[in-house]
Amino acid sequence: MTAFRALAAGALAVALAFLVLPVVAIFVDTSPGELLASLGDGASRDALLLSLETTSVAVALIVAVGTPAAWFLATRRFRGKAAVVTLVELPLVLPPAVAGIGLLAALGPQGLAGGLVGDSLVLQTAGVVVALTFVAAPFYLRQAQAAFAAIDPALLEASRTLGAGEARTFARVGIPTARPGLAAGLALAWGRALGEFGATLMFAGSFRGITQTVPLAIYDQFATDFPAALALSAVLVCVSAVLLGSVKLVTGAGPLGVAAR
Amino acid sequence: MKGVLLAALAVVLMLAGCGDDDGTSGGPPGDLTVSAASSLKEAFTEYSGRFAGEARMHVSFAGSDELAAQIRQGIRPDVFAAANTKLPEALYAEGLVETPVVFAGNRLVIAVPVGSDIQSVEDLAEPGTKLAIGSEGVPVGDYTRAVLDRLDPSTRDAILKNVRTEEPDVKGVVGKVSQGAVDAGFVYVSDIVAAEGDITRIDLPAELEPDVAYGIAIVKGGKNPEAARKFVDGLLTGEGARILHDAGFAKPR
Repeated sequence: MTAFRALAAGALAVALAFLVLPVVAIFVDTSPGELLASLGDGASRDALLLSLETTSVAVALIVAVGTPAAWFLATRRFRGKAAVVTLVELPLVLPPAVAGIGLLAALGPQGLAGGLVGDSLVLQTAGVVVALTFVAAPFYLRQAQAAFAAIDPALLEASRTLGAGEARTFARVGIPTARPGLAAGLALAWGRALGEFGATLMFAGSFRGITQTVPLAIYDQFATDFPAALALSAVLVCVSAVLLGSVKLVTGAGPLGVAAR
Repeated sequence: MKGVLLAALAVVLMLAGCGDDDGTSGGPPGDLTVSAASSLKEAFTEYSGRFAGEARMHVSFAGSDELAAQIRQGIRPDVFAAANTKLPEALYAEGLVETPVVFAGNRLVIAVPVGSDIQSVEDLAEPGTKLAIGSEGVPVGDYTRAVLDRLDPSTRDAILKNVRTEEPDVKGVVGKVSQGAVDAGFVYVSDIVAAEGDITRIDLPAELEPDVAYGIAIVKGGKNPEAARKFVDGLLTGEGARILHDAGFAKPR
């Protein structure tokens, strides 16, 4: 083994320890009994159901709109494409607080489109979905675009010469070929949506059963009932892990498989 | 090879550097770490600026209950300033802080946008009125519930039905009112002063007003107890007391 190889392996060990330790600590401090008891707590259960509901809707919206959009970005060349890609990816690097302010400024009662949406979004479940979609969409778009771009152009060309239109090529060749990458993007976006905190609090507020998602419930319980907050955190870790794992499994990437190229 | 080693060293240093940001370590003598209630933001920011000659100031603001929970989890600021006396006294009983003292008072009021139709607590019970309040456990939320409990039950329940968001700290309530997301919220009079004209206030009738007292305590195990003592003294009698007064806080009773 070269010295560099050893160094790289050491770096991986450091990274792994650093990233895994907080997650392990959550489970060390939570007994299985507490974990189950937290599921029985009304506020925690409401938060879990709301999180599942809002993230599902957000991810469905992201996939429905994001997949053809990513296809366009991956298969077309046009002026200003780099700028468009950057704009689409921008929410990726925005702090959630900036996302929250931006959503208020755009879609709040006094925002740019305030006359249009009124208060149908702010402090409403629909507002949670909007916040989640905003922060999570770029994760999917990015991966999906990369996955479509990685398809061998000869494959798409063959589809066309065999008489398939672009829609058919997209559905029959593009999506199946890019499926592992799309799945990885979906999993990332879903995970990001499940963890969303700042933009949700600023734009949608925090109200049990309406806008209080799991991260908000954890923050709420942190001050009053630390063991409950810890248990709910453990539940969120499990739910996220199961979601990500099953998405990859179902779509063929394999839970430990290689993500997008 | 050398470059790789340097890069690895940089990563290690970066990781080590991250450890200093969480407020658990005060660093070399001369640093003073203060955990303060959100409602103290403007007053303490100004006071910290004046106090900078005595120590390098690190002040973090959040709901008092979140800050108390951090202290219970082992975070050791030098000073803990809360928007009630309950939390510092509880930490004192747990042996985590020195004897707390009351350093300021405040008044709970209703915040409304300028030009609002709302004129009284009873107006908040109107169906369709949207309200923001503090969540349970954060002082402003507890004061709000104490006020509502003094109303007749039907009015109280009608008002609670109008609540659209329970915010983790008072500044969250202020933000929801000033953004027009809600029609009204319960905040402190000092928050109205701090908002500088974006929102206005409706005073509560005297019989409903809760007794809002701010407690402060030096945290045991803090790095700089000497500066902490000076910081607290200045709030009680010195420049801090004047700044608090200008910010809309009352003298401690």
